[in-house]
Amino acid sequence: MEHELPRSQGATTPHETSIRDILAAAWAVFVKDLRTELRTRYAINAMVLFAACTAVMVSVGTTFIGLRRTEEFLLIQSSLLWIAFLFAAITGLSRGFVQEEEARTMAALRLAAPPIAVYLGKFLLNLVLLALLGAISSVLFIVLVRVQVGSPLAFMLMLASGSLCLASATTILAAIISKAGFKSALFAVLAFPLLVPPLIVAIQGTAVTLDNGGLGVALGALQFLGAYSVATFVASLMLFRFVWEE
Amino acid sequence: MSITLRVEGVAAGYGARSVFRDLSLELRGGETLVVSGQNGSGKSTFLRLLAGLQRPDSGRIAYESGGISYDPREATGLIGWVAPDLMLYRELTARENLRFFADVRRLRMADAAIDALLERVGLGGRGDDRLSAYSSGMAQRLRYAYALLHRPPVLLLDEPTVTLDERGAAVVDALISEQRRYGIVVVATNDPRELRYGDIVLRLGE
Repeated sequence: MEHELPRSQGATTPHETSIRDILAAAWAVFVKDLRTELRTRYAINAMVLFAACTAVMVSVGTTFIGLRRTEEFLLIQSSLLWIAFLFAAITGLSRGFVQEEEARTMAALRLAAPPIAVYLGKFLLNLVLLALLGAISSVLFIVLVRVQVGSPLAFMLMLASGSLCLASATTILAAIISKAGFKSALFAVLAFPLLVPPLIVAIQGTAVTLDNGGLGVALGALQFLGAYSVATFVASLMLFRFVWEE
Repeated sequence: MSITLRVEGVAAGYGARSVFRDLSLELRGGETLVVSGQNGSGKSTFLRLLAGLQRPDSGRIAYESGGISYDPREATGLIGWVAPDLMLYRELTARENLRFFADVRRLRMADAAIDALLERVGLGGRGDDRLSAYSSGMAQRLRYAYALLHRPPVLLLDEPTVTLDERGAAVVDALISEQRRYGIVVVATNDPRELRYGDIVLRLGE
């Protein structure tokens, strides 16, 4: 007995999914995650609180140290800024996937959304959170730790490139650890080897921008961070389907 | 265009424990399969395999539509799945949930269509409530709205009337009757009253 199917309202197979459809679905995932985050404020609160605590501790702890503005001093300031930024980011960046797993919404999302759209949506949310965190951390360090920025444009570009590196490396890691036990510890362990090389470059590059070194001096570091971001982003895009479907 | 589900020599288990093995069947559009069995007999696992949420240890599952064969993981547009472990977003309202899933599926659905779907599953007037304020029965009704959003030709229902009151069960009755006019329905249950849905009954664990 043959029965005619009613016309389906949507794309029925991945073969019919265009790039435009994937981008639109990715935007929907991003909007959903942002809306959820704004209602729970779990990641934002954790990240901002960590950044603020670190800035206050560094500020109070270094009040009586009368260091001159040497190259080493700028490297220390830059290191402290990136350590605060990294640890604050790690407290919140894994939430996107971990929350889907803990709330058991992963299956509903898997059945409805193309895997690449899920990755892109989560990546975009992490990027937005990092941009917010970068702005807050910078202001806190400039005000409380009296960090003086010699080249504001290069400094902002360095933060943006570093954020791009963090987001592209940690989004796929968040997907990997979401189904594991000891999620936070595993996230930190897996993130460490991936993030150390770009962080070293970002710390050195930021120290240059705190001095009066302009865009030209920081260009090498920016190029490295850009290339690293592209490489990890493309690798993540290729691997994500396997992580998502297992 | 018709739909066919083929299950050939499928086995599934968890670690060393085999849940079932060498399971084969074929379903065509218009047929309903009821899977029954005791707790732990593998009913939910079988439905998860059909939904592509889990891989079989061996064997093959395929959906055929329009002359093309699809692995369940490629056939998400053909499948609607309702199960107790299907969770939607508690921080969002029912309407926001359905709008989100319509958007990621790239369905061009007007707000009126979403309202009509909510009405159909008995949630008319409650679309703006967040799921965190829903009872378990209301959440179950919303799972049906989620599953029917894209009008799938295959409906997989795990414990279809669990937590539903009489009116909710009547809604499910009507949905199954409508779905079996053209598509495939697979019901996993250990409620003897739900055996009546089946053209074919598969008893697991016997």
